[in-house]
Amino acid sequence: MTTTIFYILVIAGVLLVPLNLAAGLIWLERRLLALWQDRYGPNRVGPFGLLQVLADMIKIFFKEDWIPPFADKVVFVIAPAIVMVTVLMAFAVVPFTSTVVVANLNIGLLFFLGMSSLGVYSVVLGGWSSGSKYSLLGAMRASAQMLSYEVFMGLSLMGVVLMAGSFNLRDIVEAQHKVWFVIPQFLGFVLFMIAGIAETRRLPFDLAEAESELVAGFHAEYSGMKFGMFFVGEYMGVMLISVMISVLFFGGWLGPWLPPLAWIVIKTFFFIMFFILLRAGLPRPRFDQLMSWGWKIMLPLALANLLVTGALVLAFK
Amino acid sequence: MLSVIRTLWNVFLHTFQPRETIQYPEEKPNLPPRHKGRIILSRDPDGGERCVACHLCAVACPVDCIALQATEDENGRRYPEFFRINFSRCIFCGYCEEACPTYAIQLTPDFEMGEFNRQNMVYEKEHLLISGEGKYPGYNFWKVAGVKIGGKDKGEAENEAAPVDVHSLMP
Repeated sequence: MTTTIFYILVIAGVLLVPLNLAAGLIWLERRLLALWQDRYGPNRVGPFGLLQVLADMIKIFFKEDWIPPFADKVVFVIAPAIVMVTVLMAFAVVPFTSTVVVANLNIGLLFFLGMSSLGVYSVVLGGWSSGSKYSLLGAMRASAQMLSYEVFMGLSLMGVVLMAGSFNLRDIVEAQHKVWFVIPQFLGFVLFMIAGIAETRRLPFDLAEAESELVAGFHAEYSGMKFGMFFVGEYMGVMLISVMISVLFFGGWLGPWLPPLAWIVIKTFFFIMFFILLRAGLPRPRFDQLMSWGWKIMLPLALANLLVTGALVLAFK
Repeated sequence: MLSVIRTLWNVFLHTFQPRETIQYPEEKPNLPPRHKGRIILSRDPDGGERCVACHLCAVACPVDCIALQATEDENGRRYPEFFRINFSRCIFCGYCEEACPTYAIQLTPDFEMGEFNRQNMVYEKEHLLISGEGKYPGYNFWKVAGVKIGGKDKGEAENEAAPVDVHSLMP
């Protein structure tokens, strides 16, 4: 009985906490960007401007929800939901602690990769169904970018899988009791980090929305809460990649003194802040640069990393 | 790649930098004395109005926000009967101050002029006149001008010689 209640609580927590945190991240990002640009950011509404999120949410709910007459209506409405659904599905396999996990799949890592790949459908369909050229250009870029960065995203994680000997995320964390995988798999960590940024379409790899050249890219025609869904989905994607980095490379919930949940939260927030720092610091590359880096540098590096790791694992077995 | 890491590090160091923002309503900005803000009409050291109602400011004004009517007092001193500035039109360009021959109209570093009612943006002479001399203390137009007014004849102004009698043949 108690396990059932605990299970329901975990499911509710995994559903609600990322959703609400994603809204909170908007505040965090604005404050941190302001800090790094020597400004204050939102600091008027509520303590430290925390209620700014609430005000923004109320505003975005009451905005006109406009569907352009030239849009493909059904796809246009479904597209923003896809990003939310896929990211929340991916959260289901994330082990926050050894007990707080919704689905302890034995192919958890593959499920995560699959779900984050499905997320691209939201961008592509959203951009295509908008029926405007800027949206289409954004969607085209997004699909090309995701296809090329997905390849080495999966490959960069195979080193971790080889060392842990399992696709199960809980087993992967348990295998890091001695040493976090970031030390033997540093190259894999860097590659996954870069692929993760591209996967969540965050700066510097936000070519799909690129305000300065494509208006707002794939969501140029979206307004109101549909735009809000893309927005929240992006932040949840950031959270997902951050929590996956801490699970795969930084020992997940493992750590001294503090309770396990505290450790994963600390590690996740560290990487979320790093994502925001990337946004504050780096300019956007050109599209051909992005593609050539993906195929000519990142993919060979990921393959070499896999090869060397496999050889070493075999040699020391 | 190294430049990317250095960029990130330099941006991160801004965490410890003081912030540039001035928290306005609580913290006032330090405006220079020549800031072009609210327009005032200043007075002579003896308390009289400096404005001689020459209309040069109204002519110079690119948005036609200044309206005035000239009149004379019993001493022959010209002054504006009314002087009206519509601040909902004013662009604070300062041309009126440049045009003014008597230093009467001046722009001050005050900018807090927000109103809820547009009609309240129209300032009359009693709103514009200040009791001081503004940016040019000690300047008294009627004391240095060669104009004859009550109590001061031609040639009696400061630094002014007595007028030449053009009908006299004496050297």
